[in-house]
Amino acid sequence: MNVPEDLQYAATHEWLRLDGEAGTVGISDHAQAELTDVVYVELPKVGAQANAGEQVCVVESVKAASDIYSPVSGTITAVNDALTAKPALLNTDPFGEGWIFKIRIEAGEDIEHLKSPAQYREQLGSADAGGEV
Amino acid sequence: MVDFGGWSMPVQYTGIIDEHHAVRGNLGVFDISHMGQFFAEGADSAAWLNRLLTNNVDRLAVGECQYTFLLNENGGVIDDLIVYRVGETRYLMVVNASKIDEDFAWMEGQARDGVSFENHSAHYAGFAVQGPKSAQLFDSFFSGKYSRPARNEILAVEVDGLTYFIARTGYTGEDGFEVFCPAERAVRSWNDILRKGAEFAIKPCGLGARDTLRLEMCYPLNGSDLACDTTPLEAGLGIFVDLHKPEFIGRETLAEQKKHGVKRRLVPFKMTGPCPPPRSHYAVFKGDQKIAETTSGSLSPTLKAGIGMAYIPTEFARINEQIDIEIRGKRFPAVIEKKPLHRVGSTAN
Repeated sequence: MNVPEDLQYAATHEWLRLDGEAGTVGISDHAQAELTDVVYVELPKVGAQANAGEQVCVVESVKAASDIYSPVSGTITAVNDALTAKPALLNTDPFGEGWIFKIRIEAGEDIEHLKSPAQYREQLGSADAGGEV
Repeated sequence: MVDFGGWSMPVQYTGIIDEHHAVRGNLGVFDISHMGQFFAEGADSAAWLNRLLTNNVDRLAVGECQYTFLLNENGGVIDDLIVYRVGETRYLMVVNASKIDEDFAWMEGQARDGVSFENHSAHYAGFAVQGPKSAQLFDSFFSGKYSRPARNEILAVEVDGLTYFIARTGYTGEDGFEVFCPAERAVRSWNDILRKGAEFAIKPCGLGARDTLRLEMCYPLNGSDLACDTTPLEAGLGIFVDLHKPEFIGRETLAEQKKHGVKRRLVPFKMTGPCPPPRSHYAVFKGDQKIAETTSGSLSPTLKAGIGMAYIPTEFARINEQIDIEIRGKRFPAVIEKKPLHRVGSTAN
């Protein structure tokens, strides 16, 4: 299971790539494997306020719809329109071309609650088979 | 792996869409060991079955089968199943896994003289080999020993002194075979199928592809499209009901429906624009009026659009009728289509 070292992770399987006050968010390799073929992504709106731990958008596979939760609070600055035409990018390149949205992180936002790659790997290791995304 | 009627089964092996395309274009195999097998035997078995099932078993020569329904007293569906005439007075029924106990209890509770009725579900494993290359795979196993059964025929073959049943039936719309072997042969048979099927690039397929394939064909799923309060006539499956039979459980309601027409019909629909996939239990709208709830829904990998089925009031249940499906609070346009949604053989190889 791919768990890149340069990212932080939410317990709900989203990842955050930090770039100063800006972040990029997507779903992990574990998440895309659990979802199976992604066929539709309901992207959040640019300019919308996202709150840490709250549902920000929805990803649909053939199997089921899954809520995606924002790992941090802030304002959405960009969304990956490529996912509209090619939702499968979430499966094939979840950490690269499958990014979902960019966010300007709220001042004073505490990201300590997010997991390091090692902590996330530990969570995956102890997860039941077939856990929810 | 997910729980399916008490069984732990795979949703997919390599991917639902990948497996779906493998079956439509080539060859796939499903583990259907969870399904149930009953045997009825005796001089009166045909008459007895004809009182419990909607279709007419008198039409079956030895080695032939038919799709049929087990109804409750109100004409509602307990289960849909296939009955195979495997001997002069011996019938095999293959039923849905989730209904094994209920079906058996219901049928066993119906008085019968001299008909032995047994549940052999635990003794049989099953595999559905489906796809255009199925016939070639059959030949690679049995060429020179057995010729292929025709569609809706069943063959009893001998493998190491044990009886395997091989029927030319399936739930995908493609050519294919359903193999029922003794349970102790399950793993070996699965491996043999994959081994010999490698020549044809066979893929193991899970529940996800099983659902997308059958939905494209508008084959109903008991528990979703069929239920104890829906009749086969409402489901548009009257050809599997023989009302000429003077008596069978549920006949009264069906005869009424045939006479006066049904008030709702199970119809397929296709989403007409980009949208999330439709699923079951979504509201169906005609204008601002909610008229139904979907019974099934998914993305069709072949049609590359969302598809589904619903019981629509007869006045709206017309081909090309525009409807809306409410998906997570938003309504998206769809159109009622003719069954089946996919015509087998219409996709390019």
